[in-house]
Amino acid sequence: MCEAFVYTDHMTVGYRGRPVVKEAEITIKRGEILTLIGPNGAGKSTLLKSMAGQLALLYGAVYLDGKSVSAMQETELARQVSAVFTDRIRPELMTCFQVAAAGRYPYTGRFGRLSEADMRIVEEALKTVGAGELAERDFMQLSDGQKQRVLLARALCQEPELLLLDEPTSYLDIRHKLEILNVLQRLAREKRLAVILTLHELELAKRISDRIVCVRDGRIDCIGSPEEIVSSGCIGELYGLSRKEYGHVPFMCPELARPVGKPEVFVMGGGGFGISAYRRLQRENVPFAAGILWENDLDYPSACALAAEVVAVPAFETVPEETFLRAKRLMSTCRQFWLCLPRFGELNVRNKELYEAAVRQGLIVTKTFLF
Amino acid sequence: MNRRENLRIYGSYGALSAALLFLLSVNVFCGSVRLTPGEILSQLVGSGEQDMAWSIIWLIRLPRLLGAALLGGALAVSGFLLQTFFANPIAGPFVLGISSGAKLSVSLVMLVLWGRGIFFSSGGMILAAFLGAVVSMGFILLISTRVRRMSVLVLCGVMIGYICSAVTDLLMAFADDANIANLHNWALGSFSGMSWEGLRAAFLAVAPTLFFAFLLSKPIGAYQLGELYARSMGVNTRRLRTELILLSSILSACVTAFAGPVSFVGIAVPHLVKRLLKTAQPVYIIPACALGGAVFCLFCDLIARTLLAPTELSIGSVTAVFGAPIVIFLMLRQGRDEHV
Repeated sequence: MCEAFVYTDHMTVGYRGRPVVKEAEITIKRGEILTLIGPNGAGKSTLLKSMAGQLALLYGAVYLDGKSVSAMQETELARQVSAVFTDRIRPELMTCFQVAAAGRYPYTGRFGRLSEADMRIVEEALKTVGAGELAERDFMQLSDGQKQRVLLARALCQEPELLLLDEPTSYLDIRHKLEILNVLQRLAREKRLAVILTLHELELAKRISDRIVCVRDGRIDCIGSPEEIVSSGCIGELYGLSRKEYGHVPFMCPELARPVGKPEVFVMGGGGFGISAYRRLQRENVPFAAGILWENDLDYPSACALAAEVVAVPAFETVPEETFLRAKRLMSTCRQFWLCLPRFGELNVRNKELYEAAVRQGLIVTKTFLF
Repeated sequence: MNRRENLRIYGSYGALSAALLFLLSVNVFCGSVRLTPGEILSQLVGSGEQDMAWSIIWLIRLPRLLGAALLGGALAVSGFLLQTFFANPIAGPFVLGISSGAKLSVSLVMLVLWGRGIFFSSGGMILAAFLGAVVSMGFILLISTRVRRMSVLVLCGVMIGYICSAVTDLLMAFADDANIANLHNWALGSFSGMSWEGLRAAFLAVAPTLFFAFLLSKPIGAYQLGELYARSMGVNTRRLRTELILLSSILSACVTAFAGPVSFVGIAVPHLVKRLLKTAQPVYIIPACALGGAVFCLFCDLIARTLLAPTELSIGSVTAVFGAPIVIFLMLRQGRDEHV
C-alpha cells in the first residue's frame, strides 16, 4: 500500500448525494496505467471526475502521495493532477498553442502571461503528442484526432504526476486510437506518470493496461492484470453477455445473434479461415453447422457463437470415429458444403474424408479461402 | 504570441482610441445647435461671455457624451461577461431580460417615490436597477438549470422583457402627467438625462467594476475552455460564476438606471471587437470591449440626436438597427454549427 502513489479509501462517488459507485478502492503506482472498463452508465466517468477533484466525494477519501486531495488547494491539486474529458470544447479564435498553453494556468501569474520557460514547456508538450506542427492552427479547424492530441498536450502542460483521461479514444479512427495510446504508454514509461483512463474498447484495454478495473452495478467488480481479468471470465458478466455469445476466449470476438433453424450449410473451417464464412452466413441469416474443429482452433469461439451446431474435438486429440460419424450425419442433412480449408494436413485426414463424402453425396460445394 | 498578433492587437487599440476621440469631438459640435470649433475654443479659454453655448456644451453635451461613452463600455463588457458565463456569443443583458428587470424596478421606484415627493439620488437609482437586474438574472439562471439551449433562454429573456414592459406601462397609467414625461423618455432609452451628478455616480460604480472584471481576465480565459477544464486547472469556478453574474448585473444596472434599456450593444460589440483583434483572450478583449462599446454608443447617440433633429430618436432604436443584424448572424452561424 505504501508504494502506491494514489489510493482511495472507501471512496463513494455520485451526484447530489446519490451514490453512483460505492466503496471503491483503487490504487495506482507511478508509471502505471490503469484502465476502468464497464458498461455505459456504470460510473466510470464519475469515478474519474471524483479522483480529479471535480466532484466532491460522498464518502471516503482520495490520497495523492499520502495527502488527502480534499485538503489540497486548487492550484496545488492542478499542479499534480490533470485531465482530458469527453466534453467537447469550442474555444473561439484560439490556436492550438493557446489551447495547450491554457494548461500552464496553475503556474502563471496574475494575468497569465507566459514566460520563456512556459513557452518551451508548451512546445515540448505539443511535440510529445505529435502535434508540434499544429501549433499555429485554429483549434476549431482540426479533426477530432488532432483535437484530442492537443487536449492531451494541454493536460501535459500542467506537468501532472497523475493523468486522467475519460474515453480518450472515442470518436477516433483506429490509427489515431493507437497513436494516443502509444503516447500514453511512453508517458507512463519515460515520465513515470500514473495514468488512469476509461476505455470502451476491450481489445485496447487489454493491450495498454497494467491493471484493469471493472466497474459494474455501482461497485468495483474486479481488479487485476489483463490476463487475470480475461481468465476470470468477469468480462462477460460485466456486459451481461453469456460465454456462448462473446465466444469462448473472453475479450475477443463478440458476435451478432446466431441464425436459428435447421442447418442448411455445412462449413468446414479451421485456422481462422472459417470465421469470415460464419459471419457471412450470419449476415444472410442462413443457419449452418460447423466442423470438424479442434477446441483450440481460432475458428472455434466464433463457431460456438454463430453455428446452429458445432462438431468439435478436444485440443490435440485425434478425431474419434463416433465424432466423425456424427459430423457425416449432420452434413447429409445440409444442402450445401462450404470448404474453407485451403489444404488438408496429415492430421486433418478425417476432414478430408468428410469433404470427399460431401462431393460423393452431391452437395453443392463452395470453396472460399478468404481469411 | 508572435509579433504579427501583437501588432494587430495594439493597432486595433490605436484605431479604437482614435475613433473614440473623433466621435467625442464630433459629438461636442453637432446637435440641434451647431457649434464651430472656434466658438468652442473661445468658450474654453473663457474669452466669450458665459452664454447659451456654454450651457449647451457644459451642462448638456459633455455629460451626455461622456455618459454615452462610459455606459456603452459598461454594456459591452457586461455582455462579454455574460457570454463567458453562458459559453455562448448570443448572451447579453438586453436579450436575457436583465435590462428589462432593472427598468421595471427603476420605474417602480420613480413612480412610487416621486409620487410622494421623495427624490432619489443617482446612487439609489443604481441600487434599484441592480435589484431588478438581479431578480431577472435569477429567473434566467433558474431556467438555465433546466434548459441549456441558448435560443430558449433568449426567448425567455424576451418574454421577461415583455412582462416587465407591460407592468411598467400599467404603472405609468397610474402616474400623474409631470412624472410621465420624464419616465417616458427614459423608458424608451436615451442618454439625454445625464447630468454631472449622475455621471459621477455612474463612474464610481462602473469604473471599479470594469477594473475588477479586467482582473478576472486569467480565470475567464481558462473558463473559455469550459467549466470542467477550468476547474481542473485550479479555477474556483463557483466563485468565478458568482463574480461574473454580479459584475455583469452591476454594469447593466448602471446603464439602465441612467439611460434606460439599450439593446444589443452587449452582443454586437464583443463580437465586432473579437473579429477586429482576431483573438478572444480576455486580457485584450475586456479593455477593447470598453473602448468599442464607448465608440459604438457615441456613434449611435450621434445618430439619435442628429438624424431627425430637433426630434430625438431613442438610443435603443439606433443600436437595434446596427446590433440586431449581428445577433441574427450569430444565431444563424450557431444553428449551422450545431447541425454539423
